[in-house]
Amino acid sequence: MGRKILFITTDQQRYDTLGVNGGELARTPVLDRLAAQGIRYERCQPTSVVCMPSRASMLTGQFPSTHGAWMNGVALAIDAPSVAGSLHDLGYATALIGKAHFEPFMDLFGRFAENSLASLGIPTIEQPWFDGRRGVHRGFDYLEFATHGVMGPLHYAKWMQAQHPEALDGFYPVVDGELNVNAAGGGDTGAPQVKFNDVPREWYHTDWVADRTIEWLNTQDDGDDWFCWMSFPDPHHPWDPPASERGRVDWRDVPLPANYPEEARLRESLLDQKARHWRAWYDGRVVSNYEAPKKWVPATLTADQVREVNALNAVEVELIDEAIGRVLKTLERKGWDDDVDVIFTTDHGELQGDFGLLFKGPYHVDGLMRLPLIWRPAPSAKTAPSVVRAPVSLVSLAATFLMVAGENAPEWVEGAVLPQNDEDARARSIDATVTEWDSELFGVGVHVRSVVTQDYLYTEYLPGTMHDGSEGELYDLADDPLQRVNRFGDSRYADVRSTLSERLRDHANRPGERATPGVLVAPV
Amino acid sequence: MASLRYEKRIKASADVVWSVVTRPESIPEWFPGIVSCSVEGTTRVVTTASGMEIPEEIICNDSLQRRFAYRITAPAYTFHFASIDVIDLGDNDSLCVYATTAEPDTLALLIGGATVGALLEIQRIAESRAKI
Repeated sequence: MGRKILFITTDQQRYDTLGVNGGELARTPVLDRLAAQGIRYERCQPTSVVCMPSRASMLTGQFPSTHGAWMNGVALAIDAPSVAGSLHDLGYATALIGKAHFEPFMDLFGRFAENSLASLGIPTIEQPWFDGRRGVHRGFDYLEFATHGVMGPLHYAKWMQAQHPEALDGFYPVVDGELNVNAAGGGDTGAPQVKFNDVPREWYHTDWVADRTIEWLNTQDDGDDWFCWMSFPDPHHPWDPPASERGRVDWRDVPLPANYPEEARLRESLLDQKARHWRAWYDGRVVSNYEAPKKWVPATLTADQVREVNALNAVEVELIDEAIGRVLKTLERKGWDDDVDVIFTTDHGELQGDFGLLFKGPYHVDGLMRLPLIWRPAPSAKTAPSVVRAPVSLVSLAATFLMVAGENAPEWVEGAVLPQNDEDARARSIDATVTEWDSELFGVGVHVRSVVTQDYLYTEYLPGTMHDGSEGELYDLADDPLQRVNRFGDSRYADVRSTLSERLRDHANRPGERATPGVLVAPV
Repeated sequence: MASLRYEKRIKASADVVWSVVTRPESIPEWFPGIVSCSVEGTTRVVTTASGMEIPEEIICNDSLQRRFAYRITAPAYTFHFASIDVIDLGDNDSLCVYATTAEPDTLALLIGGATVGALLEIQRIAESRAKI
């Protein structure tokens, strides 16, 4: 019997939303306790700041430029490598419960397995694997899916449609009549993607994901090895948590984020220091990617709307913390806790008011790029608790899962095993991570590469329809932790810029086989 | 309004490729996700794997130009026009071009994106017919 793995992800959650990371809005005692018992990472970066490429990196251990799912709407190749497949081969039972999103959600023709499993009424299907064999879908032998709403073909939506049709209207309609991300406002302040939702808490997707995870865990025997990916759709917008829970955080009491200057002139002066697409989006001149509402202009965002969004986000974070607590209690009740590694993270962050912006896009700053990551190794492994300050990446998760299972990472894995402390990081020269962005939508192409070290965040904009290849951003994380002062053109930082640019060249020229980039076949 | 175009070079003569796409009722054979269809005159109704019925009007089915064009008439589309052109590039060599223009933009991408899979199927079928 080996160590079991509970992999917990959320969607679009900022680093600073956890109490243990300095967050003051949401109470997160369960995750705070896990962090105290295990390893807390202070600078974990995604490989991409949107869902599909980032999640594909978790599964494959590869950067988007290797696995080929370079943007939302580009399906991960069905025969892409999968750490779940490797664990399955090692005898692990493998489950994914909640949000997957390796394949597009918008699927008019029902071509993707993620969208058909619930209709088929079976937990998985067989498909081709990267090594030529056929196996269960992406290595998972049990799958139950949920996403942010109650429409569509996934398991949670179908359950709600069948069991609680009277509650469907309480949810925010994620897309509008033209299938764009909805710009409609709600709540007390008219903030976009906000709605008071009368759904009872126990029917909301956060509790559903935990309930279904507990149900699956109950099917496992004491001696079984298992890998369970419990994937919450929240706190990604829409911000429509059960209305009964809204009183947890009154938006009127919420302070404005440190990076939201209330005076528009100040916000705009910060945006003007950055590459041109920042201000263009803020002013409503360009929407470079599908993930932000097409009909919403960030410049219209008010301070009260920022407060309300942050309050509802905090409510969703608290519900997730409590749901995780229920699952961990199940492990304790079964006597398994000593042999279970628990890893908690998210796929990317959320701007949540920073610089006067919401949602996400090609904006590589901490709001989107600095993620919560906690690894509580199985207590039986007797790993000393620690805080890791070295930058690490989600691309390291696959190798880490395999290490926990007692296996070396196969050749296709690009990320090294997560360091267990800073000495470990130093010894293995883990000192920088790279985040990629490539989008091409309706004539707008944006291509971005960023490297983060303990001291700097450096971004280059490659030639596209918005940039000519000469723009960039350089932030000194020591004296400018909010990334307000762009030193890209500051001659005093020329050497730093040169060194970090070289790191990006190294990344672009790294050895290894690349998958053919996938084709954009849907907006998300 | 958004307009997308995908193409595929195929190792088969233009006549063989055209034979794959010219019969309106053949679309379930080569368009992934379309499971059935009915054709009456210039009206075609396709049914998707997700159970949706999409009505279409066939505008052009021209064997001389090897050009097939149609539009979706479902109310969700403010505008839709799609064309499949098969271009002769020489002996056992042709280019198949599938273009989609539609409003709303998102629907253009959803339909246009699916034509990528259709082109692969057209290629597979045409190249297997060319070998016979």
